[in-house]
Amino acid sequence: MASFSARQRMSEKWLLLASMIAALVLIPVLSLGITALQPSTGWNALPWSVFSRAITDTFVLTTGVLGLTMIIGVSMGWIIALYRFPGRDILSWLLILPFAVPTYISAYSYVEAMDYFGPFQSFFRDVTGLRARADYWFPEMRSPSGAIFINAMVLYPYFYVASRAAFTMQGGGLIDAARMLGCSRLEALWRVVIPATWPVIAAAATLVFLETLNDIGASQYLGLETFTVAIFNTWLNRGSFAGAAQLALMVFVLVIAVLSLERWLRNNRRFMRASHGQRLLSQQRLTGWRSAICILLCLLPFFAGFVVPVIILAKSAWREVFTTEVTTELFKALGNSILVSTIATLLILILSCAIVLANRFSRLSATASMVRISSFGYALPGTVLVIGLLPALGLFDTAINSLAMWSGSGRLGLILSGSIFAVILASVIRFLAIGIEQVQTGIGSIPRNTDFAAQTLGCSEIRVGWKIHLPAIRPALAGAAILIFVDCLKELPATLLLRPLNFETLATHLYGHASRGNFEEGAAAALLIVAAGLLPLVAMNKLMERKQEPISSNRP
Amino acid sequence: MTSNILRPRAACSNTYSKNAASKAALRMLVLATGLCAVSSPAFAQEVNIYTAREPKLIQPVLEAFTRDTGIKTNIVFAQNGLEERILAEGPNSPADILLTVDVSKMVQSVEMGITQKLDSPALLAAIPSAYRDPDSHWFSASLRARVIYASKERVKDQNLNYEDLASPRWKGKICVRDGQNTYNTSLFSAAIAHMGLVKAEEWLRGIKANLAKKPSGGDRDVAKDIASGQCDIGLANTYYLGLMLNREPERRAWAEAVRIVYPTFTNGGTHINVSGFALAKHAPNKANAIKLAEWLVSDKAQDLYARQNYEHPIRNDIALDPTVASFGNLKPDTVSLTEIAKNRKAASALVDKVQFNSGP
Repeated sequence: MASFSARQRMSEKWLLLASMIAALVLIPVLSLGITALQPSTGWNALPWSVFSRAITDTFVLTTGVLGLTMIIGVSMGWIIALYRFPGRDILSWLLILPFAVPTYISAYSYVEAMDYFGPFQSFFRDVTGLRARADYWFPEMRSPSGAIFINAMVLYPYFYVASRAAFTMQGGGLIDAARMLGCSRLEALWRVVIPATWPVIAAAATLVFLETLNDIGASQYLGLETFTVAIFNTWLNRGSFAGAAQLALMVFVLVIAVLSLERWLRNNRRFMRASHGQRLLSQQRLTGWRSAICILLCLLPFFAGFVVPVIILAKSAWREVFTTEVTTELFKALGNSILVSTIATLLILILSCAIVLANRFSRLSATASMVRISSFGYALPGTVLVIGLLPALGLFDTAINSLAMWSGSGRLGLILSGSIFAVILASVIRFLAIGIEQVQTGIGSIPRNTDFAAQTLGCSEIRVGWKIHLPAIRPALAGAAILIFVDCLKELPATLLLRPLNFETLATHLYGHASRGNFEEGAAAALLIVAAGLLPLVAMNKLMERKQEPISSNRP
Repeated sequence: MTSNILRPRAACSNTYSKNAASKAALRMLVLATGLCAVSSPAFAQEVNIYTAREPKLIQPVLEAFTRDTGIKTNIVFAQNGLEERILAEGPNSPADILLTVDVSKMVQSVEMGITQKLDSPALLAAIPSAYRDPDSHWFSASLRARVIYASKERVKDQNLNYEDLASPRWKGKICVRDGQNTYNTSLFSAAIAHMGLVKAEEWLRGIKANLAKKPSGGDRDVAKDIASGQCDIGLANTYYLGLMLNREPERRAWAEAVRIVYPTFTNGGTHINVSGFALAKHAPNKANAIKLAEWLVSDKAQDLYARQNYEHPIRNDIALDPTVASFGNLKPDTVSLTEIAKNRKAASALVDKVQFNSGP
């Protein structure tokens, strides 16, 4: 009995820890709510036209991007997982590279590339002999379909990576079983493998959905008025901070509803997980025209998502390097980007491990809710996060200063507002969900019996976490670190408004040029963002391949 | 680590007073929040600038200021939202001076209570009264005219009114950036002042019907779209043409396809917005901020505005850049800047109402 109450007390401590982490994420949400309640100086009710346009644009964009990314990502995952053909190993990681290109950078490059004066149209005119733009049709990047294409080409790796892993890990037995029952390989994919790997695909869909919804740079540049753009415009052009907060809160509630629905659907379906004994997929060898088709298919998304933007950037950067003396600025920005992203990544990893372990050991169901709340940040676009964080940070600083004045130690000045800490905090809140997701998957695969065995041998819970769980999930941690690092590196809207004086990251450096309409002068910074995102991606791919090696070799 | 820092203090002071304790606690808190110590170190002579003006555009001006005065300039740049940040930072805000590119933003800052009166006879003497706040909370540093870029090849008109833009004659021939952009809403505010809300709405619907495509891109894209034959005329600010002609060789061809027509309102002149500055309410380096403000209207700075940025300097005794002079004579509109700022929200609402951004 004593042990029961000790256990209860421990559970409460774990819950407390989880609640503290959740509170961190809740601060901007609550602050957003308070702002939304304030009487607004602008007009409160947005006209229906703005609203309906936001709904249409958001719907068209997100469904279009989801559909296209799913088709590309899953089919690429299928090809790479199931077939062997010349160049497959190289293509398997080339296909991930577009992930390193932020949407706003891709958007710029594509507008430039597909423009009247760009290489494609110029070539088209040379070939056809046409001259004026009005004389012929050409795909317009600044349109909903253009935006769908641009987003999809850099976001499909979410589906590709997830489905490839799922097919490799779980596909083997499933496909064999389906084929034994008379299905073709494709039928097996459609009728058995995709339904069975649904949770993985749904998770990828969620990420793609949120990335598309939360993007502001590309949407704005391409002339779309999604909800995120409408929130931004309501704050800054329509001059209503409170109105923007109201709209943001509404979208936030909607997103949480969608996420909960996804979660509910996922929990309501039983799905199988590859147990250690399960056979891995045996790959079919392709030759001749079949392999040529596969190579071609895999090259297409790689070209569209990576090669085209990088060539356009490289062309501008090349000019820039020789014409201006921006390199010191650039390296300072690179240093700042790495500093901020590294610290944020480390913090996120620590917090993710803490909260996931808390959930594992705590017997109180409230802890699980805290984990879910801690993932809310990912549903907040950077601009919205700023609307929430600015007043909260300001309030904290004012309180600290009042305290300091009262205690006679004089004014301390700003501590959180306009500091590197604020920038890091924003990244932590936004990307904590990625860490939690990865760590949860990792720790979830460790059987509970292991914990009990260790505890029977006298290990405390903390020791179990430290000695057993963390070493076991090292690959998951590395994978999470990479995803988070790249995301932090790309982060723009929150960094922009929270950063201290004289502090530029690669993203804000690029923004400075872009807002002058001189995006190409920021091309070198854009390339650096892409390059910095590349190395971790290659590393992650290595890691994944290792994870997918037959598990039996690890077992004694 | 914190205990190491605390121990000698506690040992030194015989009476471990409440004061010392709370000080120590505060220090711990500061340490705990870690990196905040990195935020700008205190220089003897510095001025903190929150700017909505792109750093590259003001850098030459600020570098010259530092050379002349020895005062270091610290910058944070964002096109939008800095006012909200200053407000949130409250009395501890490090902001000394706020640079903006839009009169409404300056008026809004005053309304938000984040500015203070700047007493300076030099500013009053240099800046015409039409281009500063009657209560001396904000001042303009340069003028930016919103004009028509017209195809040299396809448009022969020498004079055009803003009102003409709504004429069916231009159907499918007009290009313009996002209607909610401040440069546009500012022009639409002036239209409301001239025509009244009802007529202005009609006018805006007329322009919308004449658009060649959905509003998008920036002012430079107007020149590009005209060069590529997508449209014949468009709305843009003058200085972009100066920049493209003189400093951006890769865009010279676009610029050379267009010429500037200074449009006027019937019974008025060409719409002007300004770039300007305001003194932050809690400016910690107030004296330096005033020095910077006065320096911005000095001969040297005004000349830089004219020659580096191809804007119209606020002081009419400063010569225009030859390129800008070649555009023709600017006759500023009669509607006051404060009135434009007042109509801004109505203008923005109008853009939504007529669904300007949905295009033709």
